[in-house]
Amino acid sequence: MSKMSYSLPIGPIHPALKEPVMFEFEIEGERIVNVDFKVGHVHRGIEWIGTQKNPLQILPIAERICGICNISHPIAFCIAVENAAGIDVPERAQYIRVIVAELERIHSHILWAGVAAHEIGFDSVLFLTWRVREKVLDLIEYLTGNRITKAMFTVGGVRRDITEDQYPKIREALNYYKEMFNKLKHVFLDDKTVMMRSRDCGILTKKEALELCAVGPTARASGVKKDVRVDYAYAAYGDLDIKTVTPDAVTGEVKGDVYDRIIVRLLEVAQSVDIIEQCLDNMPSGDLTAEAKPAKLLALLRKTVGEGVGRAEAPRGEVIHYVKLTGEEHPYTWKVRAPTYNNLMPWVPMLMGEQIADIPIVAASTDPCMSCTNRVTAVINGKRDVLTHEYLHKLSVEKTRRLMQ
Amino acid sequence: MSSKILTPEEIVKDFKQTFKSKVKETKIERKTVGVKKKERVTIWLKAEKESLHDMVKHLKNYDYPHLAVVSGNDLGKTIELIYHFTIYYGNPLHEILINLSVELPKEKPVIPTITDIIPGALVTEREKQEMLGVKIEGIPDSRRIFLPDDFPEDAYPWRKDGKGPQKMIRDLYEVKK
Repeated sequence: MSKMSYSLPIGPIHPALKEPVMFEFEIEGERIVNVDFKVGHVHRGIEWIGTQKNPLQILPIAERICGICNISHPIAFCIAVENAAGIDVPERAQYIRVIVAELERIHSHILWAGVAAHEIGFDSVLFLTWRVREKVLDLIEYLTGNRITKAMFTVGGVRRDITEDQYPKIREALNYYKEMFNKLKHVFLDDKTVMMRSRDCGILTKKEALELCAVGPTARASGVKKDVRVDYAYAAYGDLDIKTVTPDAVTGEVKGDVYDRIIVRLLEVAQSVDIIEQCLDNMPSGDLTAEAKPAKLLALLRKTVGEGVGRAEAPRGEVIHYVKLTGEEHPYTWKVRAPTYNNLMPWVPMLMGEQIADIPIVAASTDPCMSCTNRVTAVINGKRDVLTHEYLHKLSVEKTRRLMQ
Repeated sequence: MSSKILTPEEIVKDFKQTFKSKVKETKIERKTVGVKKKERVTIWLKAEKESLHDMVKHLKNYDYPHLAVVSGNDLGKTIELIYHFTIYYGNPLHEILINLSVELPKEKPVIPTITDIIPGALVTEREKQEMLGVKIEGIPDSRRIFLPDDFPEDAYPWRKDGKGPQKMIRDLYEVKK
């Protein structure tokens, strides 16, 4: 530590989303010169709990790893178990999986857009985006019975059908998002204030993204073309016409800053709408599950000896589950890797050299999800002089006001 | 890094030629999905622990390997670490998942770090140290990451033997902080 620098702890109340993570910054004047982080405040030992239950009992737990990615975790877990047991999922079920996963992506990305706007003090946009998000939540409730935890998946298929008489409502919601897309794009990408706060801020270069194993929109905004949906056939994505979204589609160049991350997420909302339409147009008929009787399915899984890996593209990036079955009631091992786990390290180069007031928006720009990343009991690190979220948020809002003057 | 995309068979063959008997077991898993029956490929490689570092370096000849995570199993006498890599991402439907596994004896569970090849491996290596009690040699930062600081020193949550969490869960009041 040089003479001029001082240390600034932030957290464990998260400066971006309302989730705990502990940052320690070394600051020289207003500039960040070193970053360290501590996670684990919401580690609940879910993987261990999973090894005390049978695969069907794990499903509701997998769904509760994350409040938002409650489709990505069950789908990755199901694929891992299906791979281990050699179960083939019926085609119709694969299409339904895609539709629900994309609905989740729409609501997650729009939620993030609102949080990002709030972090820079643009609260009218927060209200606009969350209002827009309600439409997809209503649709999810209509299709699955719940706004958030959808309980749609089971090992070998899905639990509920999406029937033709539900199509008009789905199409109506999709049309609404098509109309709203241009408005959101205008609000975020053409706005001077958003531009000033996000352009050239929190840069992650392509080299750093590769070396630090970044995933999801964070990696794609740095020009790393990595999207499980495009690269690796799972569910029905292999049948669909999709392309990896990178920010150069709009600006013609890749900078890897916060602005580029906004672009990628916005374009992905449009992409999700398109994917759902493709699925509705090409929905095959057939069964919903490979084995409809849970007792019979469990009997098969109890006999299975093998291991499997399941991967899915969550809104924040790749989710990967590893399951080892040893011919017993409960899986021997269950390993969950959520996207934020890989997006922790990229925070360091992003935050280096930025100002304190930029911490909230840069930290939020990877769309961190700590519940996903941490899975044992909370202990708060000693007594510290901690900056509160409110104070940091105030700093961020003041910076926006200064820039606008 | 070559720009040519190798088939899974070529990759396995190349690995066997380069590392000979150090590659203990190989398996190529193919699965087709969807109406168009598009294929996805997974390669499982079991290797001697001495050559892990060289193998990860070797992966760089194909593409910059993306390390998804390292998962681990307590297999009784040994601890198995499985490194999940993906290569050829960015090429639609040509991505290959490579699961490279090594077994470490419990008396001496030591493995060299791969952070000198892939710096992003640090988080997952720190997690393996605290969860499985393996020692990562040369790790740049050996602090705990997810476990709290007052968690007992010789307990490892993923172990199935005496060092596992069973006693802590049953007799929590006996656990000394």
